Amino acid sequence: MQKNNVLTRLMRNQIFIPVAALILLAIFNLIMDPSFFKITLGYNSVGNPVLSGYLITILDYGSELAILAIGMTLVTAASGGQDISVGATIAISGSVVLRVLCGTNSRPETLQAPIIVAFLISCVAAMLFGAFNGVLVAYFKIQPMVATLILFTAGRSIAAWINNNELPIISDPVFGYFGGFIPGIPIPTPFFIAVACMIVIALVLRFTNLGLYTQAVGINENSSKLNGLNPAFIKFLTFVILGLCVAVAALIKVSRISSINYSVIAKDIEMDAILAVALGGNALSGGKFNMAASILGAYVIQFLTTTLYKFNVQSDALPAYKAVVVIILVVMSTPVVRSWLSEAGKKIKGRTSQKAKEVA
Amino acid sequence: MKKKLVALLTASAMALSLIGCGNASSTSGNSTSAPASSGGDLIKVGIINNDPNESGYRTANDKDMKAMFTEANGYEASFAYSLKNDEQITAAQKFIQDGVDYLLLSAADTAGWDSVLKDAQDAGVRVILFDRTIDASEDLYEASIVSDMAKEGETAVNWLKEQGLSEYKVIHIQGVMGSAAQQGRTGALDAQVAADSNWSLVTQQTAEWNAEKAQQIVQSVIDSGEAFNVIYAENDDMAKGAVAALDKANISHGVGKDVIVMGFDCNKWALQELLAQNWNYDGQCNPFQASYIDEIIKTLESGGTLSEKTIIMDEKGFDATKITQDDVDNYGI
Repeated sequence: MQKNNVLTRLMRNQIFIPVAALILLAIFNLIMDPSFFKITLGYNSVGNPVLSGYLITILDYGSELAILAIGMTLVTAASGGQDISVGATIAISGSVVLRVLCGTNSRPETLQAPIIVAFLISCVAAMLFGAFNGVLVAYFKIQPMVATLILFTAGRSIAAWINNNELPIISDPVFGYFGGFIPGIPIPTPFFIAVACMIVIALVLRFTNLGLYTQAVGINENSSKLNGLNPAFIKFLTFVILGLCVAVAALIKVSRISSINYSVIAKDIEMDAILAVALGGNALSGGKFNMAASILGAYVIQFLTTTLYKFNVQSDALPAYKAVVVIILVVMSTPVVRSWLSEAGKKIKGRTSQKAKEVA
Repeated sequence: MKKKLVALLTASAMALSLIGCGNASSTSGNSTSAPASSGGDLIKVGIINNDPNESGYRTANDKDMKAMFTEANGYEASFAYSLKNDEQITAAQKFIQDGVDYLLLSAADTAGWDSVLKDAQDAGVRVILFDRTIDASEDLYEASIVSDMAKEGETAVNWLKEQGLSEYKVIHIQGVMGSAAQQGRTGALDAQVAADSNWSLVTQQTAEWNAEKAQQIVQSVIDSGEAFNVIYAENDDMAKGAVAALDKANISHGVGKDVIVMGFDCNKWALQELLAQNWNYDGQCNPFQASYIDEIIKTLESGGTLSEKTIIMDEKGFDATKITQDDVDNYGI
């Protein structure tokens, strides 16, 4: 009886979904090829120690997605919609970083500005574009997906225009640290950046009312207004925060190859970010959210991607596999299936005391 | 209320798309006509091209056209840019009405050109296609100047054969599946792998011209511990992504190193990598058609005839051991 309760409580917990997905994937890999979990310590071309292996690859490449998932969770919770322009704004933000670092010459021998300055300017730019989306959604009350469609369409052209459609390349090895390794530290830097973002958001949620307010607005805008909140401002704020997340992710992206390709950088990443939120068990219609579950969801998606690459699945077929995951998740979260499942559960356990808990 | 919102949204979307257009034209200059000051003996050409912002290839192509068709060279040129076929056709109709002597066309789409080219023929406008072919009767145009992607692939594979490796274990990173460049460049490698048991593909994946995807594909092979000694990437961007993965894992690449790196398109930065011997080979996709067109127009103007309709351009392959700074300056795009 006691055990059963723990199990059901665990099942009820939102984070159960991504954890279960993670365990499923891990078991699959363990059966198919245990060498998936092998991690080796080697030395890279400049003689610094680096860890390598599939698990490290997951931590490395999943980082941008985890960072985006933070902002996307807040936007989803407050506005009940998603921002589909994050890929395009990553292109803009990345373009700004390179523009500041390169100045007018697209192949500079030395950096024209400190990296931190370039990054801060790109943060401001990305937050401005976030604010643009936020204004459309919060004050003009446009459907988030429609409002962000504007930048989704125009963003990559704007990114190209920022650099006069040139292709800047940074030769300074220091710039590569953000998407690679810091000398002497064998763990990929993107993971540290992601962890830093997680700590910041954890502190913010712990010590401010941001979490409470976004959920209140997402659950019922009118009642939150009656309770003295300003729903429009809170929605606006979540889009600006997402803008900041975009700037951080963009820095990692451009640092990885020390260059940018406007038309393909972070292509389709918005869909992965939304999927991470959904995989975290968060209702895409807004309201309550679980940040840790979203972040874990992001790493689960990268786990899936890396697994598919390992088994040589054609990379243009990857979206199809992700689509299957989305379909399962969406169907599972519909009220029809939920009530059916809980009915079935009741019958199996022969108990009727469980109160139906509304998650949606 | 709802209607108002919809109106607002469409208005803001329109305003934004206008800004977008403004951006494009500020760098490219839509439909700029050269002033016909000296008049008379200038040859009037109307040039319809794809948007120069599309790719580095297109930017180089447009620059080359602008440099060739100047008044100093005896031309009065008008330019129109679009990635959309219907807009290109409208531009072509306008050029025909303007009474150009030659219509130079890089069509966005292969279909739909018959009627407008017939109009051109009736009006005595001669049509020359460059870079892209169209599905229309050969009688409707004078010549077509194109790249032979299959030959680009063969040149690259022949070069690789000459390297005399005892075994070829190739990571093959493809472009967007179905594109002409992908088909041509893949075909030659596939044929060689099928014909020679010393050649094998460690992996064959499309990275869709995307450096990040290429990096992940190569990363995955490295993680698996499989041996490889050649990276055959179908464009420079993807080769760059692959090399980023190699660098991370301490796998040496370039002239005399563990892994041979091959790219295509001859971007200037890629040729510089060759010059630094970090890469081994880069295959050209020649965007410089203007001189070929100039020659054709000169031949036609002097009353001569062309020996063939389809002219395939010379395309080089650069070897890192032989490339010079001059090559980088002349052929880099």
